[in-house]
Amino acid sequence: MSKHVAAPTFALLAAFVWSLTVHTQGPMPGAVYDRDRPGEKPGPAPRRDLAGIWEPATPGGGIQGKGALAMDSCRRDKATGRYVIQQNPPLTDTGYATVDCLKPDIEPPYTAEGLARMKAHKPVEGYRMVPDAVNNDPILDCDPGGFPRIVLHNFRTSEILQTPTHMVMLYKFQKRYRTIWTDGRELPKDPQQPAWTTADRLPPEPRWWGYSVGRWVDDYTFVARTNGFHDDRTWLDNAGLPQSDTTEVEETYHRVDANHLELSIRITDPKLYTRTWVALDKLRLRLQSPNLDIQEMECSPSDQKHYYEIFGNLTDLDPTTGK
Amino acid sequence: MRKAFACFVVLAAIAMAAPLAAHHGAAQFDVGKKVTVKGTVTEWFWSNPHCFLRFDAAGADGQVVHWAVETQSGPNILPQGFSKQSFKVGDEVTVTLEPVKNGRPMGRLLQVVLPDGSTLPLRVTDAASIPAQN
Repeated sequence: MSKHVAAPTFALLAAFVWSLTVHTQGPMPGAVYDRDRPGEKPGPAPRRDLAGIWEPATPGGGIQGKGALAMDSCRRDKATGRYVIQQNPPLTDTGYATVDCLKPDIEPPYTAEGLARMKAHKPVEGYRMVPDAVNNDPILDCDPGGFPRIVLHNFRTSEILQTPTHMVMLYKFQKRYRTIWTDGRELPKDPQQPAWTTADRLPPEPRWWGYSVGRWVDDYTFVARTNGFHDDRTWLDNAGLPQSDTTEVEETYHRVDANHLELSIRITDPKLYTRTWVALDKLRLRLQSPNLDIQEMECSPSDQKHYYEIFGNLTDLDPTTGK
Repeated sequence: MRKAFACFVVLAAIAMAAPLAAHHGAAQFDVGKKVTVKGTVTEWFWSNPHCFLRFDAAGADGQVVHWAVETQSGPNILPQGFSKQSFKVGDEVTVTLEPVKNGRPMGRLLQVVLPDGSTLPLRVTDAASIPAQN
């Protein structure tokens, strides 16, 4: 091999190794992934059982910085499945652009209001990403991410506690929990005036995490529905897809075998979307040891304040070039 | 022809690295560009969603330049070998970083050489060797 070929080839290999080294999400310490058990033949799925600690079956598989999994907010090359790169990419409606995240071919089916709300959001990820200094993502001030963003944006190691009357979902990201009732109650009938406490004459109460009820549709498939959210205080994902007080979320948990669970999410909101659409398509989760210690991932306002004292002052960026 | 091939490879290398680089706040970074700076640690801040390292280095005009580079959150970089004890004030470090576009002394930490000559982050294959619990 001549030196003229060897040097650039080395550069290519070095860049590949470098990209893996620096940017790939690391595994959760102590977790087991499918890659750790080649040739494994899991036992049969237990009947009506979601209990346990669950982790995406591949490291980082639940962290969707570029948008909801089934609705990429960056364009992928159809042949390779990789994100499309374009030097000097076109600017988006935010006035910024980034080389590795172009507008996807398929987007959620926005209504006019949905599109307007999406454009009012200035996310730090996805094809419309902006610099930190001009973002308006609520979670970057440590507001709750809410549901379903905790799954669509950042599903990390999580535990499901199952009782005869409800499921409790314990999430590592932001160290949050939510309850899915299985005691036969119905969802609040009016999602814009939600409450389960009407009999007690308490006022309706919108929630960051909504009201959730679930049932087994067969011995291995559990479906939960959630409504009663705030109006536009939460986003659906990290790329700024909108959510409202009329959003209804359907979660489907399918127990594939003794070691695996698949999680899908569908979004319905007549205010923002013209039809129901799939936001997450069969995210594969792996059951972990019951003694796995789940790390803290708390959002501290004082830590955030210090971060922005150092990194949040890039306000002299040129809004048309991002430089 | 050889020059063309070399250019192609360099562009391909940038293209290969960039998709994995995009995460929080990528819009302000000059994706694919690398700068290496030697300096003295003034702060290592361990937090979520971003840790950051601040260090002082000599600028071209002899003046001290106050650099700040961010990493991902503590839980994310633990498997890459980082910890809250990775750096202490006064450590002499060599930092390779992806700078912000507007020329300020800020960026994302890509790699750092510590006073004992070791480097962070560890290779992913090293982090993956952490024993599983079942």
